Amino acid sequence: MKEIILVKNGELTLKGLNRFTFEDALVTNIKRHLKAFGDIKIQKAQSTMYIEPLSEDFPFEDALTRVGTIFGIAAYSRCCVVEKDFDKILETAPIYLAETMKSIKTFKVEAKRSDKQFPLKSPEICREVGGKLLQAFPHLRVDVHNPDEVITVEIRDYAAYIRAGQLHGAGGLPVGTAGKSAILISGGIDSPVAAWTMAKRGLSLDAIHFASPPYTSPRAEMKVRTLLSKVARYCGTIKLGIVPFTEIQQEIGEKCPEEYFTLIMRRMMMRISERLARKQNCLALITGESLGQVASQTLPAIAVTDSVCNMPVFRPLIGMDKEEIISISRKIDTFETSILPYEDCCTVFTPKHPKTRPTEEQCAAAESALDIEALVEKAVSDTEFSYIN
Amino acid sequence: MFYICLNFINYGDVSLDKIIYLDNSSTTKPCQGAVREINRCLTENWGNPSSLHLMGFAAETEMTNARIAVSKALRCREDEIFFTSGGTEANNIAILGAVSAGKRRGNRIVTTAIEHPSVLNVFEKLKNDGFEVVYLHPDENGTIPDSELENAINKDTILVSMMLVNNEVGSILPVEKISSLIKKVDSPALIHCDAVQGFGKLPIDVKKLGVQMLTLSGHKIHGPKGVGVLFKAKGVNLRESVFGGGQEKGLRSGTEGMPAICGLLGAVNDLPDITKSLAYITELNAYARNVLLSTGLVKINSPENALPYILNISVSGYKSETLLHFLESKNIFVSSGSACSKGVKSYVLREMGINDKEIDSSLRISFCRNNTKEEIDILANELKNAAKILKRA
Repeated sequence: MKEIILVKNGELTLKGLNRFTFEDALVTNIKRHLKAFGDIKIQKAQSTMYIEPLSEDFPFEDALTRVGTIFGIAAYSRCCVVEKDFDKILETAPIYLAETMKSIKTFKVEAKRSDKQFPLKSPEICREVGGKLLQAFPHLRVDVHNPDEVITVEIRDYAAYIRAGQLHGAGGLPVGTAGKSAILISGGIDSPVAAWTMAKRGLSLDAIHFASPPYTSPRAEMKVRTLLSKVARYCGTIKLGIVPFTEIQQEIGEKCPEEYFTLIMRRMMMRISERLARKQNCLALITGESLGQVASQTLPAIAVTDSVCNMPVFRPLIGMDKEEIISISRKIDTFETSILPYEDCCTVFTPKHPKTRPTEEQCAAAESALDIEALVEKAVSDTEFSYIN
Repeated sequence: MFYICLNFINYGDVSLDKIIYLDNSSTTKPCQGAVREINRCLTENWGNPSSLHLMGFAAETEMTNARIAVSKALRCREDEIFFTSGGTEANNIAILGAVSAGKRRGNRIVTTAIEHPSVLNVFEKLKNDGFEVVYLHPDENGTIPDSELENAINKDTILVSMMLVNNEVGSILPVEKISSLIKKVDSPALIHCDAVQGFGKLPIDVKKLGVQMLTLSGHKIHGPKGVGVLFKAKGVNLRESVFGGGQEKGLRSGTEGMPAICGLLGAVNDLPDITKSLAYITELNAYARNVLLSTGLVKINSPENALPYILNISVSGYKSETLLHFLESKNIFVSSGSACSKGVKSYVLREMGINDKEIDSSLRISFCRNNTKEEIDILANELKNAAKILKRA
């Protein structure tokens, strides 16, 4: 019995003449994700893709889990390929579905007939296949409203497909189709979620992390690498730049008024990040800011951090509550790592009473004692890069 | 999958032969004797001590040798020595076993507020199970005043668990006073002592201490990790909580961790004369106190009469974690008193009445016989450098 993974494309089907670009990107991404599981063949047809394993021992369950992490896929399922001969379909269904049918009590059959040449109409297919299954598994009942499992028979151009159930895909657009942006990652709960959210919209990612040894530890850096590796499961390889930030933080500590420490630090981060991003051909920055979450994320504070940066800054979490962010971080498996208790550079010199309503003029005055250009240039040139898979 | 390969040598300028290791209460470097015995166990004498054949007998003999060596060090009988996977497991077996066997005689159990988590958290569990738990609170010297102890023990008390030496500040607790108090009020209580930080450093005689149970750990005395010892006096009945092949007379089922047990044997055999070592460390500790105090940056948290192997200090104005990483970049390894800003503050220092700011800047320096005065000079110098370079928290 030949099995394949059937993939329903997401919103990329709605694209006009560009559709093929998106589909090709999705094919490339599926191949990359499934490379480790063995050779596969991918066929495109209508708004569907067929992933056909070329090896006998293809690990279907592992591969299905992985397909669930690929952006651009709305739904996917494992199914059996049958010749478009109704007797063959009736013969195969009870055998292929035996495991599933034994573990459930109620079911219904749905038919999709995209090949209108097929002699039987959809209701007839449902009735016949349902009858055959009831005959083979007498403990079953049909329940069209609330079945334990939906059995689907699809009649398509080249073959018929039988499957039980269907899984939700990761949604979004194929990674890479939207270009590349750089995520500023600290090691907390928010930034990995922000990275994942933007990758979902088709971005591929670079990452920028600010390290301040000895205020921050090797474990904090390791934590960032672990987090990025979890995001990379979705978006592929991430190029990480680690910016040495100790000197800048100490300069700020010495030369600037305390209530502006965090704001000036954020402004320096944005300046350095923009320069790094441009060097790496990124067109935007991504941060995990959520409005009002902390003193540096009030609207006036975001305004003065934004104003030093001349490229788009995506803040996908801006309107989310912490609970919503946490629930995504659990879903993408970054939460447990994010809550490991290591100092990050943001918690090093926290002012006792941070300025929550800063203005551009005040910030400019507060940082006037710094040689901004020299500090930024040095940080950029001392940044060390590595790749996270 | 994601694997991390952290190449120790490549991390900063750390090189193994140049490090100044002052974190010996966390773990110690395995001594030559331990390494030799582990190697012998893994290459020559690798049988299962439960096997009936010669390979098994050879392994069993090795384990008996280890039992004899430990029993000599504690002045007890060899059949009173039980091997476990470490100090935590020994503490759990002792406390849970004693309470489970003695619960018909009473409902009160007593411990101190400054025990290691492997004792404290067992008591927390027992408290939830319905036992009346009394926590003895220390004075500013980190030890338990007589009055606290007297008030806590009554006829209903079935267990008193007290550590010999506190792991954070080195204070020595009055374990030897407990048994006479128990007799005085005619209580059925058993006494357990967590002696992990005292073994090999203080002379221990279980009879003089008057305890029925005592815990040791291998890796604090230059032995390997993964082995601990529970001393249980003959005639004392503990109920087992792990079931299996009945090894260690049913107290700790599971094939014995022979490599670690052999390593422990090597480490115990290599223990130098306790009195001489103590004299050396006492001198080293006095030197350290002097040199560190003369920097003008340091306050000493360990009491004067603490076991000199442990010296807890606060470097006021600087965060523990930052100092720790600064020293690490200079190849000096110490421990931070409290985990970090997001972690929990040291409950031991808090119990001693030390204020939060000083707790946040506390460091634990812990010595072993290989440390030198030169190393202490370097530590003091680097603390001065840290104060120059680092920003005050």
